[in-house]
Amino acid sequence: MDLVVNATSLSRSGLSDFLLQRVSAVVLGLYALCIVGFLIVNPDVDQIRWVQYMTSPVMLIFGTLAILSFAVHAWIGMWTVGTDYLSEHKMGKHASFWRLLYQVFVVVIVFTYLLFGLGILWRLPAILL
Amino acid sequence: MQVSIYRYIPGKDTEPRMQHYDYVLPDDRDLMVLEVLEDLKAKDPSIGYRRSCREGVCGSDGMSINGRNGLACKTPVSEAISRDKLMLRPLPGLPVIRDLIVDMSQFYRQYERVDPFLKNDTAKPAQERLQSQEDRKKLDGLYECILCACCTTSCPSFWWNPDKFLGPAALLQSYRFLADSRDTATEERLSKLDDPFSVFRCRGVMNCVNACPKDLNPTKAINEIRTLLVKNGT
Amino acid sequence: MKNLRTLEFDGLIVGGGGAGLRAGLQLAESGYKTAVLSKVFPTRSHTVSAQGGITCAIASEDPDDDWRWHMYDTVKGSDYIGDQDAIEYMCSVGPQVVYELEHMGLPFSRTESGRIYQRPFGGQSKDFGRGGQASRTCAAEDRTGHALLHTLYQANVKANTTFLSEWFAVDLVTNQDGTVVGVVAIFVETGEIVFVKSKVTLLATGGAGRIYDSTTNALTNTGDGVAMALRAGVPVQDIEMWQFHPTGIHGMGILVTEGSRGEGGYLVNCDGERFMERYAPTAKDLASRDVVSRSMVIEVDEGRGCGPNKDHVYLKLDHLGTEVLNSRLSGIMELCKTYALVDPAVDPIPVVPTCHYMMGGIATQVSGQALSQDEQTNDVPVQGLYAVGEVACVSVHGANRLGGNSLLDLVVFGRAAGLHIQDVLSQGVSQRSASDSDLEAALSRISRWENSQSGENPADLRAELQALMGSSYSVFRTEEKMRDAISKLEDLRTRIESAFLEDKSEVFNTARVEAMELDNLLEVAEATAIAAEGRRESRGAHARVDFENRDDENWLCHSLYFAEDRSLRKRAVNFAPSIVEPFEPTKREY
Repeated sequence: MDLVVNATSLSRSGLSDFLLQRVSAVVLGLYALCIVGFLIVNPDVDQIRWVQYMTSPVMLIFGTLAILSFAVHAWIGMWTVGTDYLSEHKMGKHASFWRLLYQVFVVVIVFTYLLFGLGILWRLPAILL
Repeated sequence: MQVSIYRYIPGKDTEPRMQHYDYVLPDDRDLMVLEVLEDLKAKDPSIGYRRSCREGVCGSDGMSINGRNGLACKTPVSEAISRDKLMLRPLPGLPVIRDLIVDMSQFYRQYERVDPFLKNDTAKPAQERLQSQEDRKKLDGLYECILCACCTTSCPSFWWNPDKFLGPAALLQSYRFLADSRDTATEERLSKLDDPFSVFRCRGVMNCVNACPKDLNPTKAINEIRTLLVKNGT
Repeated sequence: MKNLRTLEFDGLIVGGGGAGLRAGLQLAESGYKTAVLSKVFPTRSHTVSAQGGITCAIASEDPDDDWRWHMYDTVKGSDYIGDQDAIEYMCSVGPQVVYELEHMGLPFSRTESGRIYQRPFGGQSKDFGRGGQASRTCAAEDRTGHALLHTLYQANVKANTTFLSEWFAVDLVTNQDGTVVGVVAIFVETGEIVFVKSKVTLLATGGAGRIYDSTTNALTNTGDGVAMALRAGVPVQDIEMWQFHPTGIHGMGILVTEGSRGEGGYLVNCDGERFMERYAPTAKDLASRDVVSRSMVIEVDEGRGCGPNKDHVYLKLDHLGTEVLNSRLSGIMELCKTYALVDPAVDPIPVVPTCHYMMGGIATQVSGQALSQDEQTNDVPVQGLYAVGEVACVSVHGANRLGGNSLLDLVVFGRAAGLHIQDVLSQGVSQRSASDSDLEAALSRISRWENSQSGENPADLRAELQALMGSSYSVFRTEEKMRDAISKLEDLRTRIESAFLEDKSEVFNTARVEAMELDNLLEVAEATAIAAEGRRESRGAHARVDFENRDDENWLCHSLYFAEDRSLRKRAVNFAPSIVEPFEPTKREY
């Protein structure tokens, strides 16, 4: 096994990656359901009501989980795509350079989303004060 | 009918080309693609392809027939033909040696990587090891593989990572031994499969199931391996 | 040879089918530097097509079964020219060898108690022919050959055997002392010619069914080993004995296992009559293959054939029910639907006797040691040369092989040769050298084709040869046709020697391989022709219209054909088994 390729995988275990991706997908799915469900039940929601809902302790933790799941899911997925298309087999010996570049790019984006997401979510309660 | 054959003879051709042959099909019976090839080869001996048993059990003559992987000896022309044309190309995803002949070493290497042999660390009995009919039945649909590579070379994941993803044929073999009640190396076998590529690059495209000339189901075997890995890991 | 690359091994096995792989496994495990050289990737070898099973008295179906009964059946099946020391060895060692295969992982079908499933096959009896039909053929559904070949290949992967896959052996290299020192071979992928040198060379190249136009054999069964031996001055034994399998799919030559009759299928003529009851009242459809094939030809000749041309008979299986068919004969179901466009669960299968197996071959000892004969008709070992499997004639099949005995032959004698060679090597055999002129003979065959500038197309000549053999040397043989064929073969030899290899490219040149295979087919065909004409009697698979009876006085012996002077000599049959009393020839009835 190519250690260079594997080293950048999230858990370095195919099984863990496989499970993490599925668990994170479930979390994201459920979180989406909660939001869509809330909007259906409360069609004429205003900002106060929305923020109250989003900052209830359960939704705050759930939201945090969802953002973390997003990061995990995106990284595993994008890593997989990168190792499919940017491989030594397809591109020759410079593949690792391009793949690393791509991975740095993905990390930066995912990390940015993660920080912004968490930042926004956890600053929400302040609106109500 | 027009038969177009992928031609490339190193040392003679600078690049691959398609060569076209006219072929008159008999009225009274259907032919297999291999029979057409044999007739054409009798006239143009330079056409290169592998063949042996001509009855679909040796796995020599896997090729892409009108865009679909199959055995030439087991594919009737009537089934493959499209607008009076038959297009024969080498199996995709492996390097071409000449004409319809591909270099299968990568395919065989992946086969060997799964330790395709029975491992049993208990003492050998004087007679055979017993196996119930139910346990033996679990090998049906697995042991019949003929290593023709039709499945593996139709798999996009194998095209991208032929050196890391084992591919459907090797994984089918892997499960053939995992499923064998006489094999005692389940843990060892599973531990070798728990990386992000060997098994988990299967995306369930199911091209392998479509391509298999023996009607086997590698995707199902791969899912069984995943289930075993999950059970084993939790 | 200055420019000839040389590879060196302790043991070289030419052929990667059941026999070659079993021998290869034995040698690889022994630690000697061994290579298995094969013109196809090993699992493409013809063993893969064997269906019904491997006959062996493991006493699973019948706890009282006895290898001596198996031995009796085999001797009787051989029409008494099988060597009884070899048959005794095969039948007595057989169970151990089959258990070894099972331990390697061969996925045998099972009985309810979990033992290996055994089915009835032709020519099998209990209690030395007195106890009725036996069920002695161990089976993995109807894919036993496939299961066996893959299992052996897998065992070799485990043992780390060196394979020279897709290497074509051109000729044996024999040095001035008459010792075989290896082969000249072509690495087909690059076209490179290589001298593969070895202390011991074992031929396991299989049969030559492709000398006939209608055969169950793979396209690759071109008798390369037999021809190499003949060209090296080694004689071949009983080469006139060709088995015609009763149930080849009409028009296709594809085999339907005898196991289909073992499971209860039977043959019918155009009147729907189960005609084997007339020819073999006791064993009926499970009489031995020569008997059933002859009966079928007589039915057709007397106007009771089926189909528009009345040229075949039917194999009826529909009464067995889909469950038996799908569980025990699923491979047959697939083959019939694909190649005969018949669903055996509904309609009968059109079948004709089809060339299936070469009983003859290189005479060997039980150890696989190849034999020649001196002027005083004493056996003389050919130094450095061994043979096992279909290319060899040890002889356990004599004039007619029983179904299920070929797979047993492969593994028992492949293993025996491996063990023996291991022994020989451990005594410190030195590598004999070969001079340039020793190599020249093998290389000249390559250069003849390479230098051909014009001439006939090898594919046309091959078709002509196959048609000639099919019309003159099939189930029944007549003096007139055989004489005519011998002279036509002489003519074919001249034409083949001046034929034209159009494609002279280096990389994976299959035309070159086929041209050399044509040389080999010719050698086997000519040996067959002359030996068949010479044996003036009917015995086993060799049925002559002009000599209808078995002639034990003159022909209870092997024939031995020498290519250099195209002569036929006789060799004694072994009637000296070491454990049991010999079986004396009696009238053979089923």
